[in-house]
Amino acid sequence: MRTNAEKVATNNTTQIATSTQNIKKKFGFSSLPYKKQKIVISIVFLFIPVLLLTVLTYIPAISMFGYSFTDWDGISKTKNFIGLKNYQTMFSDIKYFQPLFVSIYYLIATFIQIGLAIIIAYLVSFGCKASGIFKGVYFFPSLVNSVAIGFVFLLFFQPGSTLDAVLNMLGLGGFTKLWLQDTSTNNISLAFVSVWRYIGYNIVMFAAAMASISSDVLEAARVDGANKFQQLRHIILPGISTILGLQLFLSLTGALSAFEVPYIMTQGSNGSMTFLIQTVNYAFVNHRVGLASAMGIVLLLLCIIITSAQKLVMNKKG
Amino acid sequence: MNKRKLSGKEIFFETIKYAFLIFLLLIFIIPLLTVLFAAFKTGNEYATTSVLQLPNSFLNFENFKEVMLKGNMINGFKNTVIILVFSLLGAVFTGSMAAYIFSRFKSKFSKFVNGMFLVAVMIPSIASQVATFQIISGLGLFNTRLAPILIYCGTDIMTIYIFLQFLENISVSLDESAIIDGANYFQIFYKIILPLLSPAIVTVVITKGVGIYNDFYTPFLYTPNSDLLTLSTTLFKFKGPFGAHWEIISAGIIVIMIPTLIIFLSLQKRIYSGLVSGSVKE
Repeated sequence: MRTNAEKVATNNTTQIATSTQNIKKKFGFSSLPYKKQKIVISIVFLFIPVLLLTVLTYIPAISMFGYSFTDWDGISKTKNFIGLKNYQTMFSDIKYFQPLFVSIYYLIATFIQIGLAIIIAYLVSFGCKASGIFKGVYFFPSLVNSVAIGFVFLLFFQPGSTLDAVLNMLGLGGFTKLWLQDTSTNNISLAFVSVWRYIGYNIVMFAAAMASISSDVLEAARVDGANKFQQLRHIILPGISTILGLQLFLSLTGALSAFEVPYIMTQGSNGSMTFLIQTVNYAFVNHRVGLASAMGIVLLLLCIIITSAQKLVMNKKG
Repeated sequence: MNKRKLSGKEIFFETIKYAFLIFLLLIFIIPLLTVLFAAFKTGNEYATTSVLQLPNSFLNFENFKEVMLKGNMINGFKNTVIILVFSLLGAVFTGSMAAYIFSRFKSKFSKFVNGMFLVAVMIPSIASQVATFQIISGLGLFNTRLAPILIYCGTDIMTIYIFLQFLENISVSLDESAIIDGANYFQIFYKIILPLLSPAIVTVVITKGVGIYNDFYTPFLYTPNSDLLTLSTTLFKFKGPFGAHWEIISAGIIVIMIPTLIIFLSLQKRIYSGLVSGSVKE
């Protein structure tokens, strides 16, 4: 049984509902002229994306810039303005810059990776049997979890494990080393993991670009006496130049900000510290947020320089 | 063309080519194969046999049991799935709405916002976590699943590119005829555009989903609480308790890779085309 009060309440709500419907009809979105609708929808649809972008990307970038002039530890309420001291500290002691030299390993690896990827993409793109299998196997690692990749190669490089076993099998047992501890090999090993992981991605990209090059053109070049190298140099490379530029610069900034796999595998020990591992350590382990922010800003500037260089080069080419 | 007889030089080239490709194949497969072998070996067996040797039996699931029960992988799966579902929902909505505005209303305002997304690519996100962390903890989101979800929802330029490419193939005359029928812009988006975007949505879900599934640093930094660990951070924790037990760690690696392998084998073409459309924008 419904009480009177309940009836009144339901009556009221239906009344309110119908009246809001009327209001909607009068002032609803549909009744707005399309010009005004455009403004409303632009604001409504962009509000959340812009809010997230501002709060999680731009404000952090700007406040990082601010922190870089303070001695903040990330915990206490007070931060003192210390001017350029963090930058001075960074530029005056080589130990803060050492990690940038580690990046050189990753940079060299990047060039090898891109070069190899072009050749492999060329080989699997034109008249190759089972090209799907080759491409698939080379590509799969780039989809795999970073921690899994890190652990696969921790096992791979363990003393007496996969790499050593393969070398022994080939009669090269004398070359075995403590791959991840020895300072002469650890960065090369880590850079190799990075190439192993991402080269398939580059191969797929280049192969996609090469798919638009007709094999008739290559056939014609062959008939005219162009060898494989000339075909690659004069037909393939110009055909993929846009995507090549994009991939190259993307990989360069990637090499500069190498982080996850080396962090998972060595935590930056024995001189395998990358610039980003160092930044993160100063921020969250040593509690020197001010200094870490200064490092973050330096990395940001380097990335901006590389990206601007890319824009310049690509625009020149048209 | 293929029927043409190969010259001696070409046969030589073809041989070298396949030898090289197969050699590479081995480089890619061997590290993964040894992990697979190790995952089926007993502790004693792992210690006494070569890593390249097949396990005694591929039916020894003890390591997998250990991973699931003691390694807390089930909890990791649960958290990863929750984060995936909400982040992908958010990313699909924010990405498709932003792309719709960018492609259909080319006002100064929308161009400016588009530029904001483009510039944001240059900011190395791991470095700026130094400051993002302060914001997330300021909002009281540290050690909540909402922290990674919000971070992943933040639209990235790749998602927008994928939607933009599909939107450009949806004729504007479709929008116009809907306007003549009296539809408003919201209706056009939800009733006409969004359903037509479903292939793009699938592509975004795959590419972005793989990225979220594989990400280590965001959960490592924002949800260290043991109840909130994702698959990545759960596996990372294996280093401690299972120390030198590579047969158990290997089982963990295999468990985490199985969903990836299934997705890859079933959606290979989609993944390739998704990556390409996300990276090249004319």
